[in-house]
Amino acid sequence: MSTDAIALPGTELASQPFVARLHDWVTTVDHKRLGILYITFSLLFLLIAGVEAMLIRIQLIRPHNDFVSPQVFNRLFTMHGTTMIFFVIMPVMFGFANYLIPLMIGARDMAFPRLNAFSFWMTAFGGLLLYFSLAGANGLYGAGNAPDVGWFAYAPLTSQTFSIGHSTDFWILALLVSGFGSIGTAVNIIATVLCMRCPGMTLAKMPLFAWLNLVMAGLVILAVSPLTAAQIMLLVDRYLGGHFFDTQAGGSAVIWMHFFWVFGHPEVYVLVIPAFAFASEIIPVFSRKPIFGYSVMVAATIAIGFISMSVWAHHMFTVGMSSAANNFFVISTMAIAVPTGIKIFNWLATMWGGKIEFKTPMLFCIAFLFQFLIAGLTGIMQGAAPFDWHLGNSYFVVAHFHYVIVGGILFTLFGAFYYWFPKMSGKMCSEALGKLHFWLFIIGFHLTFDFMHIPGLLGMPRRIYTYEPGRGWDTWNFIVTIGVFFQAAGILVFLGNLIWSYFRGKAAGSDPWDAWTLEWSTNSPPPAYNFASRPVVKSRRPLWDFKHPADPDWNYE
Amino acid sequence: MGAISRTEGIKLRSRGSISGRLLGSRIFVCFGGAALAFADQTQPSSPTNIFAPASTPAKSIFGLSLFVLAVTGAIFLVVFALLLYSIVRFRKKRNDDGREPPQVYGSNQVEMAWTIIPILIVVALFMATARVIALVQKTSPPGNAIAVTAIGHQFWWEYRYPQLGVVTANELHLPVSDPVHPTPTFITLLSTDTDHSFWVPRLGGKTDLIPNHPNTMWIDPQETGVYLGQCAQYCGIQHAKMLLRVYVQSKDDFDLWIRQQRQPAFVNDAIAQGQRIFETTACINCHTVSGTVANGRFGPDLTHLMSRDTIAAGAARNTPENLRLWIRNPNTIKPGSLMPAMQLDERELDALTAYLETLR
Repeated sequence: MSTDAIALPGTELASQPFVARLHDWVTTVDHKRLGILYITFSLLFLLIAGVEAMLIRIQLIRPHNDFVSPQVFNRLFTMHGTTMIFFVIMPVMFGFANYLIPLMIGARDMAFPRLNAFSFWMTAFGGLLLYFSLAGANGLYGAGNAPDVGWFAYAPLTSQTFSIGHSTDFWILALLVSGFGSIGTAVNIIATVLCMRCPGMTLAKMPLFAWLNLVMAGLVILAVSPLTAAQIMLLVDRYLGGHFFDTQAGGSAVIWMHFFWVFGHPEVYVLVIPAFAFASEIIPVFSRKPIFGYSVMVAATIAIGFISMSVWAHHMFTVGMSSAANNFFVISTMAIAVPTGIKIFNWLATMWGGKIEFKTPMLFCIAFLFQFLIAGLTGIMQGAAPFDWHLGNSYFVVAHFHYVIVGGILFTLFGAFYYWFPKMSGKMCSEALGKLHFWLFIIGFHLTFDFMHIPGLLGMPRRIYTYEPGRGWDTWNFIVTIGVFFQAAGILVFLGNLIWSYFRGKAAGSDPWDAWTLEWSTNSPPPAYNFASRPVVKSRRPLWDFKHPADPDWNYE
Repeated sequence: MGAISRTEGIKLRSRGSISGRLLGSRIFVCFGGAALAFADQTQPSSPTNIFAPASTPAKSIFGLSLFVLAVTGAIFLVVFALLLYSIVRFRKKRNDDGREPPQVYGSNQVEMAWTIIPILIVVALFMATARVIALVQKTSPPGNAIAVTAIGHQFWWEYRYPQLGVVTANELHLPVSDPVHPTPTFITLLSTDTDHSFWVPRLGGKTDLIPNHPNTMWIDPQETGVYLGQCAQYCGIQHAKMLLRVYVQSKDDFDLWIRQQRQPAFVNDAIAQGQRIFETTACINCHTVSGTVANGRFGPDLTHLMSRDTIAAGAARNTPENLRLWIRNPNTIKPGSLMPAMQLDERELDALTAYLETLR
């Protein structure tokens, strides 16, 4: 018999034999357990990719350092980028989406529970396949083990001529396999959101979290398909005598770039839109006001989704496209700033006039607002193509995208952990440890990524295993590396908090934050069936209506 | 819930000073760059500073960058101030009465305002950008332009001056351009293997060298000197050591250099033994020394090797010791470089180095 609730220590469920409990987890189709599997998997890979980042930064702490060889360095940055994007951020977002969407829309599970499990295991095996390259990739002399072609693997560096052995093949196959997992999850999210909302919950009354994950899922389907096609074409080139990207035989290196970035740009919105979803749930609760401009937030997100499909070649401004093409991508890139800015203003307006409580989830979301503002503005700078002829492929870009991914996405992710951990485990996290985590990470993040912009402005390109002294880069690289240790400390405090709180945290109850969406109306952790009876809603904030029967939302929406 | 505790009040004061630190570091990044620029017009503290332009494309980009930084800086200051104000002014007070604040759902006028104003800003930014794109991409070479073909290799640069009959490697020589009567250089960018990118920040933005996809760029350096850069597109194991050196010389010095480069190699009987080693081992398969049997094209042209300050695309200074070390085992200087160690004994290395030292 499958027990779907989490076995808290000391309960009857925990007294089952270990093998039986392991079997339950491995064969589960329950969205809550799969969500936790996704999240745990991604935390493991966060540690691995984080260590890769530390090794990279130690090598770059001073010029002509020899901490790692050039071969190892090139593998480190390839694995760091690939792991973080495909095996940390995407799975953790899928995990939170799987866990929360059915609870928020009053459903019993996702639309396709077995597809859900299949998708998770495809992602997990993709990650394992990528790291199996360390053991299994040796081909001809010096062919190395982990892939070393960069996370975007430009042709013709990935051809058999320049990437001997099988390390590149592990990269290709890992992404192919996990890509099917991503598409499965996306299909599941779309079907669940469109078909399984509880009575009274029209699309216009659905939590923004569900809306934004719906848009994210659409983007996954549109974006992962060209990536899958490109991977297959690359395999055909490498093994079946194809010449799609084989420039020696008349193929095109640029067409790989188009395929990759047609995936790659919507992909970054796949990463960031769930982060917006977290902020859109957390900020209202801790400001004690509803989200400002719900319909505009939905419209802006859909606009971002559409426009994001048309900006991809801003990653290719230096490739030698015509001025007409460059101009088009300048316009589309700057256009996407408009709905993105609208979202920032709406979050600001949500806090405005509220009563802000600086609990840990809110601290992380407030930092997100400041940091995402900066990240968006450095993005606009690069959207001005001639400026990007300097900034592109330099440490300015590296600083920009880490500002979005760490300063924007990871911060809201931390907020989401602290906010929903009580629901998932029934225990509150330690506020003191949470605030320690926050301040350590603020210091580390800003030391590393603020100052990382400067070497880019002074001419330092990316993906170099060492650099020359006398170019003015030394001091900045040193400071950047120091920040990494603060971030590492913050992550350790965070993981320690999660583990300690799971065993020793205060009981959370069903609604520790006095929030308003349906997940807070059931137990913490929720029972297997989620809700004892099917909820019926009349507004966007059903629990507000329940707690304020004299002044319900439906009179005002 | 409940009233704010004293510890949270203390956190609030720290938050103010941290925000000040955020503000400080952001101001530094924005204006530090500009400050570096102004300081760098005469004596660059960084020789690769994008805010110290010395050529028309770089200057034009510099002007655009100042405009973009000003606009984004202004947006940042306004929004940052509003965010900071909101978290200070609207924090839950200690003596809070426990009631929820007024529940505001939205405002169409406000949404219109912060949609229309950003659209106008975007239009302005685009127009400024389009102007610079046109200037850089639509300029055609005047009659007196110098034509250079740059060919990217793993991990070195080949330069050909087709109209002047010169082939060289790694160190590009150009005549200085008088702003009143410009003599720009137009560079055709090709590659024999993987993607590379030509980036000398003080002279212009980067343009990629992509096999099977010729590109062109132009620069008109307006001050003599040596300009530094490096390959800016990951091209393999030694991408980091594919450095760029551009020597901008007066017209007379440039003409002299061209004349010297067009000479075939000097012949000197005293180093015959070294020359014999060069010509009977695999060296000639990869290298060219014009006027001799050596006509390989996989590696840099060595006819005037001694006219260069560096070897291995900037990875080491061009001294006899480094040259000998390089020939004996390139992996000691540039591990992963495509030149193999030639397995020569010490006497052969001495003779070979002595020969190469005569290739001025």
